[in-house]
Amino acid sequence: MTWIGWEKRLQPSPWMAVVVPVLSVVLALGLGAIFLAATGFDPWKVYLSMLKGATGSKYGISETVVKAIPLMIASLGVSVAFRMLLWNIGAEGQFYMGAFGATWVALTFPHWPAYVMLPAMFIVGCVLGGLWAVVAAIPRARWGVNEVITTLMLNYVAILWVDYLVYGPWKDPQGYNFPLTAPFTEAATLATIPGTRVHLGLLFALTAAVLLTLILWRTRWGYEIRVIGESVKAARYAGMNIERNIILVMFLSGALAGLAGMSEVSGVTHRLQHGISPGYGYTAIIIAWLAKLHPATVILVSFLFAGLIVGGYSVQTMGVPAATVSMLQGAILFFVLGGEILTRYRLHFGRKEVAR
Amino acid sequence: MKKAPRILMIGVILVLALGLLAGCGGQSPASDSEQKQEDKMKVGFVYVGPVGDAGWTWAHDQGRQYLEKQLPWVVTSYIENVPEGPDAERVLTQLAEEGHKVIFATSFGYMDYVIKVAEKYPDVVFMHCSGYKTAPNAGTYFGAMEEPRYLSGMVAGKMTKSNILGYVAAHPIPEVIRGINAFTLGARSVNPDVKVKVVWTNTWYDPAAEKQAALSLLDAGADVIAQHQDTPGPQQAAQERGKYAIGYNCDMRQFAPSASLTAPIWNWGPYYVQTVEAVKNGTWQPEQYYGTMKDGIVDLAPFNDVVPQEVRDLVEQKKQEIIEGTFYVFQGPIKDQKGQIRVPEGGKMSHEEVLGVDWFVEGVEGDIPK
Repeated sequence: MTWIGWEKRLQPSPWMAVVVPVLSVVLALGLGAIFLAATGFDPWKVYLSMLKGATGSKYGISETVVKAIPLMIASLGVSVAFRMLLWNIGAEGQFYMGAFGATWVALTFPHWPAYVMLPAMFIVGCVLGGLWAVVAAIPRARWGVNEVITTLMLNYVAILWVDYLVYGPWKDPQGYNFPLTAPFTEAATLATIPGTRVHLGLLFALTAAVLLTLILWRTRWGYEIRVIGESVKAARYAGMNIERNIILVMFLSGALAGLAGMSEVSGVTHRLQHGISPGYGYTAIIIAWLAKLHPATVILVSFLFAGLIVGGYSVQTMGVPAATVSMLQGAILFFVLGGEILTRYRLHFGRKEVAR
Repeated sequence: MKKAPRILMIGVILVLALGLLAGCGGQSPASDSEQKQEDKMKVGFVYVGPVGDAGWTWAHDQGRQYLEKQLPWVVTSYIENVPEGPDAERVLTQLAEEGHKVIFATSFGYMDYVIKVAEKYPDVVFMHCSGYKTAPNAGTYFGAMEEPRYLSGMVAGKMTKSNILGYVAAHPIPEVIRGINAFTLGARSVNPDVKVKVVWTNTWYDPAAEKQAALSLLDAGADVIAQHQDTPGPQQAAQERGKYAIGYNCDMRQFAPSASLTAPIWNWGPYYVQTVEAVKNGTWQPEQYYGTMKDGIVDLAPFNDVVPQEVRDLVEQKKQEIIEGTFYVFQGPIKDQKGQIRVPEGGKMSHEEVLGVDWFVEGVEGDIPK
């Protein structure tokens, strides 16, 4: 006797897929408005200033893009693994390994010209990020070891490895013992749009999104990835090599996260430092999920998230505490993820006899 | 087409209701007072932690509030939780763009970003706490925390029974090393058998990690915990174990009433007032300010009731000597961890040596990552 319960939608309606997320954001903002009003702020003003901070000026937009770049690239990586139901929680660690690889090139061959240096940093960053993911992919492919645990644990290893380097052998001798490496040479830094911090990484992100779309929907490999994601049994029956695909897709996923790390050190910080990623790899998971794993949507959602972060700082000068801003960001996530369920299930009241 | 619209309707109604509520909040009067705010001088603060950290950032925020109270023609704003990375550049730029005339950046890791943004806004004065780089419109400010730290070390050295003191330390940079050295010198001046064990947390602000580090020191036999961290976490660890602790930044006794013996503390307010006034009068220079106990920017918090009168008198006397200039914390003879004399009898460490110190004094048990 259930009086209230969930019922799976046999055919998720396509328009709900658009309406529900939008409605969820509106609801979250409404909830946030109540909190803001209760703590003595004018919600409209706060939201307006948030929007203005993130997108209201050329500088604001450029900073939002800068923040979005690592999110976009890492999230593209996460989404391709998730599409095959490979739960790569390790984007954070792969990001760090990519940053490490790129930094290794930059510090070891400081005399290299840009046209050798940057491609080398690009490749080493991608390969190291990819290999870091493969460390978890092989046990998964061979023995079915849960990749959620292994990728997550490898994050800590990667972060501590980078910490070891910046606190120890790679510490800038001029840095007064502060945990950062010496700054990169000019040749090791990505070009930026003059007057802003927007760097070439944006191009990496957009290109990666296009390539991923082509791979997933225009190639045999992409077809295999999608089929395995839908049903492993069907894929195996069709003669697809599951093990090989697990390793390849995890490599691709990790390589993208590694590229995000490379573009962050080469494009923004111009050095490796403690805490190089304020959790980009984890935010990337949420973005991938909200974007329904679709590359084009990932780009869009990353921009929104970056706006939330950038706008979040800018409302603080109105006296809004940082905690309230984080709460607002959390509320949006909560509602969007909660709303997600409505697109796949519907709530029914009263006892019903439904053919399942 | 049956159930979906109903859910949607509920949603729409909710949104409308929320919107209405929010709208009511929006009609608050905001005309008169805001007009006046326009004429005031805007001063901005960038914080590495939250203002509620009850330590480093809290102390700076006390200074900000003091500034606003003392100078009615000043209006302040702050941005908290700003990581020591690329975000700092945007936050500093934002404050400058919003018309702040003086900007205080209160963590070491903001240094390069301060210099970078200062170049773009020559009419704005930037003040960076604890750094060493200056520009025509950017100065630095800090204080001789080693003075009260030495005194707090004396208290710890007198109160310990195990002769093991624990020190929860953030980053292995000179600022922190200097404090550990001063604390150790102070402790060993009253109790030559004392050892100071150091644990690095690699973070300024992380209440859980700070507490955990303190617990590991307590497990290793320490019975007084000192700290170079932003929160009272280590104090609370000592409180839980029934041991003693020396706070930092501000009087932390309310968080660990029976454990917290005293604390070397910051008093930023008067300096903030002085700096902002100088900017207004046009007398500001890009100096490297290093205030002392005599100036009042650093001090020792009140003693816990458990500290005996004899110890209080001893510390008070040393404090007077420091203020009068007859005693200097880093005066010889000072040996390093290997027992080698680094500062000979009668010698003194120069200000530059003190600012760049990268070695521990004798009695410290711990490594500085090289």
